[in-house]
Amino acid sequence: MDIVICIKEVPETTEVPWDPEKGILIREGIPGILNPNDKNAIEAALQLTEKYGGVVTAISMGPAQTDDALREALSLGVDNAVLLTGRHLAGADTLATSYTLYLAVKKIGRFDIVLCGKESADGVTAQVGPQLAEFLDIPQLTYATNIEIVKGNFVRIKQKLEDGFRELESPLPALITVEREINNPRIPPMDHIMEAYRDKQVMVWTADDLGGQMERFGLKGSPTQCLKVYTQRIKKGKMQILEGDGSMVAKELVQILRKRNLT
Amino acid sequence: MPSNNSKSNKNRELWVFIEQKNGTPIRVSLELLGKGCILADKLGADVAAFFVGQKITNQAQKLIYYGADKVIIADDLVASDYRTEVYTDIIVTQALKRKPEILLFGATCIGRDLAPRVAGRLSTGCTADCTQLDIDQEKGLIVASKPFLGRNVMADIICPHHRPQVVTVRPGVMELPAQDKSRRGNLVYANVDFKEEDIKVKILDTIKSETVGVNLENAEKIVAGGMGLGDAAGFELLKELADLLGAEMGATSPPVDAGWISHERQIGQTGKVIRPRLYIACGISGAIQHYVGMINSELIVAINKNPKAEIFDFADYGIVDDLYEIVPEIIDELKKLKRAPSH
Repeated sequence: MDIVICIKEVPETTEVPWDPEKGILIREGIPGILNPNDKNAIEAALQLTEKYGGVVTAISMGPAQTDDALREALSLGVDNAVLLTGRHLAGADTLATSYTLYLAVKKIGRFDIVLCGKESADGVTAQVGPQLAEFLDIPQLTYATNIEIVKGNFVRIKQKLEDGFRELESPLPALITVEREINNPRIPPMDHIMEAYRDKQVMVWTADDLGGQMERFGLKGSPTQCLKVYTQRIKKGKMQILEGDGSMVAKELVQILRKRNLT
Repeated sequence: MPSNNSKSNKNRELWVFIEQKNGTPIRVSLELLGKGCILADKLGADVAAFFVGQKITNQAQKLIYYGADKVIIADDLVASDYRTEVYTDIIVTQALKRKPEILLFGATCIGRDLAPRVAGRLSTGCTADCTQLDIDQEKGLIVASKPFLGRNVMADIICPHHRPQVVTVRPGVMELPAQDKSRRGNLVYANVDFKEEDIKVKILDTIKSETVGVNLENAEKIVAGGMGLGDAAGFELLKELADLLGAEMGATSPPVDAGWISHERQIGQTGKVIRPRLYIACGISGAIQHYVGMINSELIVAINKNPKAEIFDFADYGIVDDLYEIVPEIIDELKKLKRAPSH
């Protein structure tokens, strides 16, 4: 059961400062963390290979500092880690990202399952999983809260939807995106973290290593563009402050609600 | 202005994917027909409802009443329940034939599974989870807006050089249009070439959730709490207020992430979008991620001890006070009212 996991480094906080002059976010100096949902993908992969054997490879596209997210994956027990980086890959939207990940998965070669977190904490689009599955021309099984291998070469998942669940079965290979509740990710012991930095390798592939068409990577390969970033200043402009001592304010509010038949 | 009520046959098309449950279109799809009409008029295009399922043709007229100029119907046994590969193939086949300008999907579980796959196969852009849509008439492009990483920041996204422009839209942010039963439209039947044995993914079981879900989307009144509550126990106080008002409880995302209250009560970009008659925000600062989920509330009352909290920018009534001081006072006042003889 060879598995490729796609992981992402995301800003530690959602309070990323913003440059109103240039209309861009100031990401420099914002510490990154492994996308929380991706920890569930890693855990799911480890549980599957512990049961069925096989190799787990983590891949991540991002700037050089993404190395940390991949070291974390290694410390958790992932066998191989690959960083996809370089200036050609920068500025990618979900389609260009999926194209890049697709080439990397192809280069890795053998796989039965590709695992992704359902969505990243920063973009929250949940699009890379389905788009990667499309490039790979394999079924996508999204929002999994359970994964089971059946009949040797099939996978069954429990898919979480708004109003319940579905049980889906697909032949392998398949791409699965996992929900947070699928498992409780393990925490790496300190010596494994040290080993991940000291003894293990993160392979680095650039656009040249991946082959493919240069114009499909990064910003150039991204059909969507950010036109502008701005603060939304919609003020209703008619707010009334209720002032005075607490019981008076409460009385006034209840009167207002009562007049509108809202009590 | 909404489209006229005569049969229209413009070359350009804006498609709305109609998600259905047991053959009945879901609400967000109808909301998008309403918005689709406004956008299509600016673009000089027809609105086509793209309707996939089994034995659904009897519902097609309703989609015309809600604003579709035409309904593209794929009615087949293999399409009865949503499966990515079947629906993607049906939509992409028609898209290559009819070359729509825009594809709108509700940002539901199914919409978020389907839209990126369709966009991927058509090698075009897909913008997720939008809360505002407009047409740039000069460029003829859809401008899709969504809250962006970072506090109180919105981003406008365009897809200038690829067609169709694919967008998913949060349920609840667009208004449900009124039905106009004088409207007429065309039905277009799409071929479905799939045989069940060719389809890889099988649905073994469908389980409706046992929990009687919290229905925030349809709640008349909502009392919600943010990090200003300080701890999980704060929700007990809000519960008392909510019960007296006959309101549902809601929350922003940080208290949900902190485990103080269940995810199904989360309001905002990653939670529910609500439209209650009354919204009482307690200890909520009003970041954009929350704003987009509650701004359609009719009457907004904000309680926050920070007078500079952004929530006061869009509340109708504001109380600058410690919620632990003022909420018990409001509770007392409501209790007094309940005790008083009705008149």
